[in-house]
Amino acid sequence: MFPTPIEKTSRSWQLTYQSLLPVALIVWLLPLIAVATFSIKPETDFAQGNYWGLPSSFELFTNYGKVFFESDMKRYMLNSVLITVPTVIGAVALSCMTGFALGIYRFRGNLAIFFLFIAGNFVPFQILMVPVRDLTVSMGLYDTKIGLILFHVAFQTGFCTLFMRNFIRALPYELIEAARVEGIAEWRIFWFVVVPLMKPAIAALSVLIFTFIWNDYFWAVVLTQGPDAQPVTAGITSFNSQFRAAYHLMSAGSIVAALPPVIMFFIMQRHFIAGLTLGAVK
Amino acid sequence: MAELSATGSSAQTQRSWYKRNEIAVTPWLFLLPGMIFFAVYVIIPIFQSVWISFHEWDGLGEKTWVGTANYERLLFDDRKFVTSFWNNVKWLFLFLLAIPMGLMISLFLNQTVRGIRFYKAMFFFPFVISQVVVGLVFSWFYLPREGLLNAILGFFGFGSVNILGDPDLATYGIIAAGLWPQTAYCMILYLTGLNAVDPEQIEAARLDGAKGHRMLWHVVLPQLKPATFIAFVVTIIGALRSFDFIAVMTNGGPFGTTRVLSFYMFEESLSEFGFRMGYGAAIAVVLFFIMLFFIAYFLLSMYQDEREARR
Repeated sequence: MFPTPIEKTSRSWQLTYQSLLPVALIVWLLPLIAVATFSIKPETDFAQGNYWGLPSSFELFTNYGKVFFESDMKRYMLNSVLITVPTVIGAVALSCMTGFALGIYRFRGNLAIFFLFIAGNFVPFQILMVPVRDLTVSMGLYDTKIGLILFHVAFQTGFCTLFMRNFIRALPYELIEAARVEGIAEWRIFWFVVVPLMKPAIAALSVLIFTFIWNDYFWAVVLTQGPDAQPVTAGITSFNSQFRAAYHLMSAGSIVAALPPVIMFFIMQRHFIAGLTLGAVK
Repeated sequence: MAELSATGSSAQTQRSWYKRNEIAVTPWLFLLPGMIFFAVYVIIPIFQSVWISFHEWDGLGEKTWVGTANYERLLFDDRKFVTSFWNNVKWLFLFLLAIPMGLMISLFLNQTVRGIRFYKAMFFFPFVISQVVVGLVFSWFYLPREGLLNAILGFFGFGSVNILGDPDLATYGIIAAGLWPQTAYCMILYLTGLNAVDPEQIEAARLDGAKGHRMLWHVVLPQLKPATFIAFVVTIIGALRSFDFIAVMTNGGPFGTTRVLSFYMFEESLSEFGFRMGYGAAIAVVLFFIMLFFIAYFLLSMYQDEREARR
């Protein structure tokens, strides 16, 4: 193991390391700790210039209550959910199929199509912006959740296909051959043999895509406006102009907006990291 | 009766045609929905953007063909473009710092003491927070009066700095904010890589007297090559995609000094001063070609891996 395991080093370094860990963590998370403290302070603290002293009172419930009940935050959060969940389902479903096709079958153009999916996934958003916005407007889907969902599903299919194809490639091919010898139809092989084996990949991709889509900002401002369809990343800017310079509320608002993917990450940590680090080990 | 048997037999030939070609046809059936979506929303728009970039267009009326006029103005007569371009270069180089920084943190955390899993998760989780929120968090962190950074600087006896208000510092302040989640990402890639480093090689090298940075450079890093490659790919892409941070933290200011191409393109196409879609598309095409250079390199590396895997 590298670096040398801490148990094999001197006692003094062991103690230094143990005490260094929390210090390093606090320094690393400092900006976030600052925001978290802001979000539980009362308004008067800011008026009196008490930015970094102890809060004069503990206002967690008042501040977060205001975020939820005196602004459009609820609607933005709901929009985010209604955009994110269908996208996850759509992109994962499509890529299970493309991944299966590209991972199992040998045919001309297989690798070319696969590389087209990967390349498309790396493209800068801006080159798609004008035509996609135009297309969405002409379908009458501008400023709707469906317009955003359709684009997200299409774009995420690139990354998801890369992921699924490589996962399916690593499955034992003998299983498919054995099923073919039994005379099972190809789509049944997909449904009854391959999909059950893909469960870990589906879980990993779902959390990843959930995070990506929840955190999307660019397409939210390009394809939507106003609280009817905008997700929370875009909504937070209008939230902030509603509470301009009210740092305790703006802090609480951004923590609320950031929370769902964070919770998702802590619950599904193993899958999440397995997904992100795919290919980091040969 | 005759009719009935005719339809029956044609159904039979149909089924047998599918049966005969099942293995050739199935992949295309499975690919079709994904490919249609991807073509309509990703592949075709790239070409449409190139086409639009040769026009003047407000997004609503008729497009007017202007040839290469947009590009000429862009490359020879636009100071905003020059600023954006150099800021992109800054982003590219400074963002790559996420890789060594992530490696350092992963070496620091690659231990098996109690509670280390918690520490790893806490070091990683900034990556999960949306860039909009990270941008907001950092812009408050930098605030001249209320911000924690200046409170700390003041504590150590330094004067306060208004990082995002200073044309010379603002871009670096934004890049620092961007490095925070990116470093976390690189860290998790390296932690996974370190987990798979061959312990026998390490022991053998230790017996030969290798340690410290020599061990890292000659024994560990070569084994971390796949992790480094992915870290490189995601960091380059991330650097060129930097839009959210700029939009949230400075909106391009002060005096337009923090614009990058992705932000400038958005500003031109959907600005309050009118939609200049043609000009915006031309900026996007330039950005695309910068990206294409890296994409080609990434794909080439992946292609070589594929061919090795086949052997």
